[in-house]
Amino acid sequence: MSGWFVPAASSSGIEVDHLFWALLAISTAVMALVFGLMALYVVRYRAGSPIDRGSLAEKSWVFEIAWTSATLLVFLGLFVWGADLYVRLYQPPGGALKLNVVGKQWMWKIEHPAGQREINALHIPVDTPIELIMTSEDVIHDFAIPAFRVKHDVLPGRYETLWFQATRTGDFHLFCTQFCGTDHAAMIGEVDVMTQPDYQHWLDAEAPAETLAAAGAELFRRYGCSGCHEGGSTAKAPVLDGLYGSPVPLEDGRMVTADDRYLRDAIIQPDGERVAGFAPLMPSYAGQIGEEDLFELIAYLKSRAPAKEQP
Amino acid sequence: MSAERLVAEPVNYLTDGWTIRSWLLTHDHKRIGLLYLASITGFFFLGGAAAALIRFNLLTPEGALVSAETYNRLFTMHGIIMVWFFLVPAVPVTLGNFIVPLMIGARDLAFPRLNLFSWYLFMIGGLVALYALFFGGVDTGWTLYTPLSTSYAKGHVVAAVVGIFISGFSSIATGLNFMITIHRLRAPGMTWFRMPLFLWSLYATSVIMVLATPVLAMTLILLSLERLFGIGIFDPALGGDPLLFQHLFWFYSHPAVYIMILPGMGVVSEIVTTFARKKVFGYKFIAWASIAIAVIGFFVWGHHMFVAGQSLYASLVFSILSYLVAVPSAIKVFNWLGTLHKGTIRFDAPMLYALGFIGLFTIGGLTGLFLASLVVDVHVTQTYFIVAHFHYIMVGGMVSAFFGGLHYWWPKITGRIYPEMWGRVAAILIFFGFNLTFFPQFILGYLGMPRRYHSYAPEFQILNILSTAGSTILAAAYLLPLGYLTWSLVWGERAPANPWRATGLEWRTPSPPPTENFAEIPTVTEEAYNYPPPEVAQQHG
Repeated sequence: MSGWFVPAASSSGIEVDHLFWALLAISTAVMALVFGLMALYVVRYRAGSPIDRGSLAEKSWVFEIAWTSATLLVFLGLFVWGADLYVRLYQPPGGALKLNVVGKQWMWKIEHPAGQREINALHIPVDTPIELIMTSEDVIHDFAIPAFRVKHDVLPGRYETLWFQATRTGDFHLFCTQFCGTDHAAMIGEVDVMTQPDYQHWLDAEAPAETLAAAGAELFRRYGCSGCHEGGSTAKAPVLDGLYGSPVPLEDGRMVTADDRYLRDAIIQPDGERVAGFAPLMPSYAGQIGEEDLFELIAYLKSRAPAKEQP
Repeated sequence: MSAERLVAEPVNYLTDGWTIRSWLLTHDHKRIGLLYLASITGFFFLGGAAAALIRFNLLTPEGALVSAETYNRLFTMHGIIMVWFFLVPAVPVTLGNFIVPLMIGARDLAFPRLNLFSWYLFMIGGLVALYALFFGGVDTGWTLYTPLSTSYAKGHVVAAVVGIFISGFSSIATGLNFMITIHRLRAPGMTWFRMPLFLWSLYATSVIMVLATPVLAMTLILLSLERLFGIGIFDPALGGDPLLFQHLFWFYSHPAVYIMILPGMGVVSEIVTTFARKKVFGYKFIAWASIAIAVIGFFVWGHHMFVAGQSLYASLVFSILSYLVAVPSAIKVFNWLGTLHKGTIRFDAPMLYALGFIGLFTIGGLTGLFLASLVVDVHVTQTYFIVAHFHYIMVGGMVSAFFGGLHYWWPKITGRIYPEMWGRVAAILIFFGFNLTFFPQFILGYLGMPRRYHSYAPEFQILNILSTAGSTILAAAYLLPLGYLTWSLVWGERAPANPWRATGLEWRTPSPPPTENFAEIPTVTEEAYNYPPPEVAQQHG
């Protein structure tokens, strides 16, 4: 039994647990009330019992209003508590370490900014906010780490984010929790939370030949992006230096921030959110560039905006 | 007495025609109710067999029985059969079909032919779905999420979808029939607020059936178009939006949860008043609570999507609405307790089922609060916590209510008394077997075990073994009524018109009722549940 109720291993998870135990306490109290009254009444007022049942007229309105408003009040309190936590959990803090996650039937692929790649494993430093930028190559998956009390669906065709901050070192389960086909139950892995020095060792040991940004720079030429977006030909296409994280005025008058999501959409569907002042010349790259290459291209664009790491 | 009956037993609906044709072409709501009862019993045991195989497979972490592929097909089969071919129709088309006209003092439903047609639609839909599930199989889960179901899954997805689509029209027909019957065919003096609460709950159910089921039909058509012709609607690779499917699907499937549970609540209201021999506490509150559930139930579908990628604000709104929809359910539970207070309580089998319902439904409802509260949902959704939660509502609640209602009206339906002792044993076994099966799953979910996993981490094994042990008790307990109820058809004691000394028009006609239900249409002069009823024997009707 002792191994069952281990506290959460993430900063938000500890707060989620508090709400969970509060809900459990309230539920236990209500159950005690319902089962208690039920037991009391069926024994006291069983058919054979000679007990005086008195007058049957009962003031039902008073009771109805009392228990309805009591129920409502408790529910509203629970809503506010849960909503407050959810809003905070929804928004990653600034300065988080950003990792890329690609899900596919039936494995998880993870990319670190310096180019380290791993499959069905996630190595992260303790006490550091981690933001995952996640997408899928096929069906909907879900990236869940029960020990951190977090999960989020991983959708094809778009970026979803998930953040957490581990508070304990150790190995934790990583599960896919959105049914994704035959080997769904095998789409699992380990999250290895390490101390800062250990994490640095791991990064060094796994250091690849090139960073994501360097790989992206090659792709930038190979896919022909540089033909329009580079050097003297900037009349046809916007300049990409310093773009990442900055505001972009759109043709339809809106203003968006050039974050990962925007850049991905701009490559896949260039006409969707076209930059003000440019003709719709760029072809769509939908189906032409894989999800991992997209992450590398975006890492490259990110590297060209060194001053604005945080959108 | 018995000699007399041998001499001149009046013709009742069961003895009014012996040919197969007289059953298959009957317009009598009572016979159609029995056709449905036989059909859904078949579906229940098929779905139950799939559940048993699932549970046995989970005895060991690596999967004890079947391959991952077979396992996925089994839980898809279990879900599709149980949701669409047992839970959604269960109470309305069997007990509802049989009892509604009797309860409001009518000779039949408003559209007897439509009623028969709905049974044929149900059977055709059911057989098509069974073909898909048994000859080819479907491995998408009953939720049919895209793009898995449209672009990736093997198997007979379209055939299964066609089966569900066809049976949906049976739901719509039944809903329409009940609504119009309740509006138009009430006996003289049966005002809306004199109706038994079972009718209020079925009316609310019918509204949902008529309004929500067409959305499911459209969704399934869109799904089939994408799967068959590659028209991009849901798959992003084809230019579609996978979340659109989830919105449409849950717009039907959440209200469908209330299609499943509201009739059960109605049955429990009937049983609790009868066996407490007391007027129901808070009649109007229970009646309006049914309507409130039906209305608010249409606006909570997004609570299935807190981790799916819908907007923050949508999630907040769906969270508070989900709390609100729980209020009328709580009102019902409190009013049932109020009804027990100062009652004269008897513990016949229907009452044991009803008390079991109140307990298990309360646990299911309370764990629903965990899921409404956003962050806790993030942790436990898509785990065994969810599985346990909705089985407490659907199986602990709804199936208990179905069995309670079946025992309660069995004497009326068959003209025979079931063996009381066996009825009580089965009710108690179901309660304990159910808890042993599903309570450990709450803990499994909190610990993080995902649902729909063919194999799992070793530390989850003990709780899985407990759950499987419980499921064997539950399976045996569900087989018991099949045995003793069938036995009672031949050897059971003959039932009087009103064996429970209950109020309600259905008890004022012989058991089993004559084909035309009432020799003379009764007039209603008082509110429902006016206990103690006048000690006048109404046997001569």
